[in-house]
Amino acid sequence: MQGPAFVKIDGVSLVYRQAEEETLAVEDLNIDIQEGEFVAVVGPSGCGKSTLMKLVTGLLDTTAGRITIGGKPVKGPVQGVGMAFQNSTLLPWRSTLDNVMLPLEIVEPHKRRLRKEKKAYIEQAMALLKTVGLADFADKFPWQLSGGMQQRANVCRSIIHNPRLLMLDEPFGALDAFTREELWGVMQALWMEKKFTAILITHDLREATFLADRVFVMSKRPGKIILSKEIDVPRPRTLDTTFEPHFGEIVHELREHIHSVRES
Amino acid sequence: MMSEKTLIRLMPWLVTIGLFILWELLCIVTGVEKFILPRPTLVFETMVQFAPQIAHHSLQTLYTTTAGFVLGVVGGGLLGVFIGASRLVYVGLYPVLVGFNSIPKVALVPVLVIWFGIGTVPAIITAFVISFFPIVVNVATGLATIEPELRDVLRSLGASKTEILTKIGLPRAMPYLFASLKIAITLAFVGSVIAETVASNEGIGYLMLSASSSYNVPLVFAGLIVVAVMGVVMYAVAVWFERRMTGWAFRGSDLMS
Repeated sequence: MQGPAFVKIDGVSLVYRQAEEETLAVEDLNIDIQEGEFVAVVGPSGCGKSTLMKLVTGLLDTTAGRITIGGKPVKGPVQGVGMAFQNSTLLPWRSTLDNVMLPLEIVEPHKRRLRKEKKAYIEQAMALLKTVGLADFADKFPWQLSGGMQQRANVCRSIIHNPRLLMLDEPFGALDAFTREELWGVMQALWMEKKFTAILITHDLREATFLADRVFVMSKRPGKIILSKEIDVPRPRTLDTTFEPHFGEIVHELREHIHSVRES
Repeated sequence: MMSEKTLIRLMPWLVTIGLFILWELLCIVTGVEKFILPRPTLVFETMVQFAPQIAHHSLQTLYTTTAGFVLGVVGGGLLGVFIGASRLVYVGLYPVLVGFNSIPKVALVPVLVIWFGIGTVPAIITAFVISFFPIVVNVATGLATIEPELRDVLRSLGASKTEILTKIGLPRAMPYLFASLKIAITLAFVGSVIAETVASNEGIGYLMLSASSSYNVPLVFAGLIVVAVMGVVMYAVAVWFERRMTGWAFRGSDLMS
């Protein structure tokens, strides 16, 4: 395709050791992700999707193979990556605004500048909250927000520091169907505006197809990539797009591959 | 009709007064001797009669208890942070702490007397030692139970261990700390009164011991009630602090106010 990959996963395997037992969690993964690309990884539960995420962010060490981000090999936790999980993990003692601003207190160069340029940073955070429709809830605490709102705030927190890489581990998994589909639109708008590289882990094939440029299908344990599918649906995609025949065909194709690995 | 809110507010007083009335009636009906179980009215009479002595000794107890409690909060809080923040310290120290906490504190007082003589110091140390443990355990638990996802989020932002501790660990441990303070303050009274009873010539414990040796049982009961009242007051102070510092943990519930 184009130039060198931003995230390069090269022959990566991981073996979990627990006492005497060894489990091969993922095997010989090869994925190249371009800068600014949105990819999704789908697969049956327990296939090592979340393991892949931990490997890319350096929270786990590979057993074999290597991962590079921006040409640099991953050793130990990668700094400045944005992350959002299914569980929103907002801090209950902080207001929505303060929660969103947490990364700015940790990631350089914002950490150094935060005190001096507090006002500008607050404006930046408020602007972000506004784009996800949370401007009126900036002073509220997490338990005063609905599940969907909490997840919006969580997404804001994961991108406030403009990370080059965003990792999403089923961020919309615990939401009801309507809220989930609404947040796909929010996520797409944020990505189209900021153009970060994103890796979405999900088991929702429509979600993967809606958001991603490319979808990888993983087999069950030990996880291998069995399909890499370009999603050639023009953006911005809307909920109407999901009812178009072509969109349906793609979801169907992904579904068949998942079926085949589940039954094999 | 009384509203439910006022009823909730009055309930503690009604129950307390009710208990005293029950006690009084029980004494009158059974005709029990006053050196076995004095009537509460007699106890209150004695309280008024011995007011200066009671005031002097209860102030002493309040002083030793508070001093021991404050030491317990500082020491227990710090040790709790160390234990909660480091797995190594946790596994190393925890068994020792549990063992130490299993020692009846009354057995410790004679040792303290040998080291420090009788009086204020053993009382403070006993209050400290007894209130220390619940604080350590609670603070350590608060720190050790940080959600793994949250830790991952912070680590992938590049947060240092100290940053994870100050941004998440400590605020998160606060409700645990304040919950333990409520237990610790009442235990501190147990500690100081024990020490005063065994080895002191001041404090409520000493007052009760000398009163019982002269068969002034109403005065013994007066002492018990004073300790209980001080305990309730200090508990209320701890609750007040808890509400102010960690209101976020209560999510607007009306109880405990």
